[in-house]
Amino acid sequence: MGLYFLCLALFCVGLYGVLRKRNLVKIIIGLAIIEYAMNLFFVLLGYRFHGRAPIDAQDQAILNMVDPLPQALVLTSIVIGLGVTALLISIAIRIYEKYGTFDITKIRKLRG
Amino acid sequence: MIKDPRTGMTLIVKTITRLTVGLILLFGIYIILHGHISPGGGFAGGVIVALSFVHMMLAFGKDIAASKISTNLASNLESIGALMFLAVALLGFLGGTFFLNVLAKGTPFTLFSSGTIIFSNISIGIKVGVGLFAIFLALVILEKSKQEDNS
Amino acid sequence: MELYILLIFMIVAAVAAIEVKDLLSSVIAVGAVGFALCLAFLILKAPDLAITQLVVEILCLIILIRATIKRDLPLAIEGRWVFNTISTLVFMAVFLLFAYFTLKELPPFGEPIMAVVKKYLAEGVARTGAVNIVTAVILDFRAYDTLGEATILFTSVIGIMAVLRRPGRKQIK
Repeated sequence: MGLYFLCLALFCVGLYGVLRKRNLVKIIIGLAIIEYAMNLFFVLLGYRFHGRAPIDAQDQAILNMVDPLPQALVLTSIVIGLGVTALLISIAIRIYEKYGTFDITKIRKLRG
Repeated sequence: MIKDPRTGMTLIVKTITRLTVGLILLFGIYIILHGHISPGGGFAGGVIVALSFVHMMLAFGKDIAASKISTNLASNLESIGALMFLAVALLGFLGGTFFLNVLAKGTPFTLFSSGTIIFSNISIGIKVGVGLFAIFLALVILEKSKQEDNS
Repeated sequence: MELYILLIFMIVAAVAAIEVKDLLSSVIAVGAVGFALCLAFLILKAPDLAITQLVVEILCLIILIRATIKRDLPLAIEGRWVFNTISTLVFMAVFLLFAYFTLKELPPFGEPIMAVVKKYLAEGVARTGAVNIVTAVILDFRAYDTLGEATILFTSVIGIMAVLRRPGRKQIK
């Protein structure tokens, strides 16, 4: 229970970065921290005490494995997070070329 | 052109890269092919293959890496990877439903033991690896052309 | 026990990443959060995820450093700062309060219910022939999700190439 709470506290740190920062790269870093927190939360849901990794070996019983279904879902989520971060960074590079700044309040003032 | 001190990084980095970039590529292919026996699979192996190309580009400069795999070849390879994955999925129609695992399953713990899973792993590995290298290539080509416009 | 230490380290590194004024230092702090997450996956008995998270974190660091290496910017704080901070903190307090009531309904940590997975574990090796159960789940039992993920990666590569293209710059020499 304490572990789930610390995970949601990490989510709140990332959320603070998205809501309150004015630098565009800091907002993207906040989004990356939110993704890490949610991946960790999913894998924490499936852990089992005294379990083994979900790979069958030649001389062990199959009964005590940790839950492999959240691990399968998080595996694709990690690579999707990389794709989203790369796309956001490329948009930020274009914004810097056009306006000369990463500051979001100044981007609103210069129109066209 | 490889020993040119004007492009890329210093001589120590270039020597180490020349020794290790083939090993990184081989390790990535090993993780893709043994995805159903040991941890890894298509995604992790694909990213390792992309990292080997990025390593070569960072150490030697843009021109040599672009001569190995250009932008057009990267786009084509990525599309071929995605189409191969769809072809493996449609192969399941031979057995009855979409995505059914139709090939023969041998004894466990050998390389060709799991039907269509190994072909899915290979196509996902090609797609992810070449796609991520294409992202990096697009970022680097933008920098170079911006500097040419400014100078 | 080790998980508590790792999570507190991740929270401290995340706070450092958000608050530090230099962009390069905050990118390195995000790298520290990612590597600690890879260690947490190893402790939670998930080797596939640890390998994938490690190499994805390295690639993400390379792309982030590439973007911020010469584009730093000093900032000044102006106007309506107290109201914004207090409303954000009130929102987070309400969120954590409702999260506490929800987290009491989950099964306790370390004893999952595993209602769906019993069938996958019982006949996974016999039906698919793959020894790695996570690979069997993502490429045989739930292969539609992998198709969706391949589409998302494809779309993001096309999007990056479309955003970073320079229109009409072919110079005729």
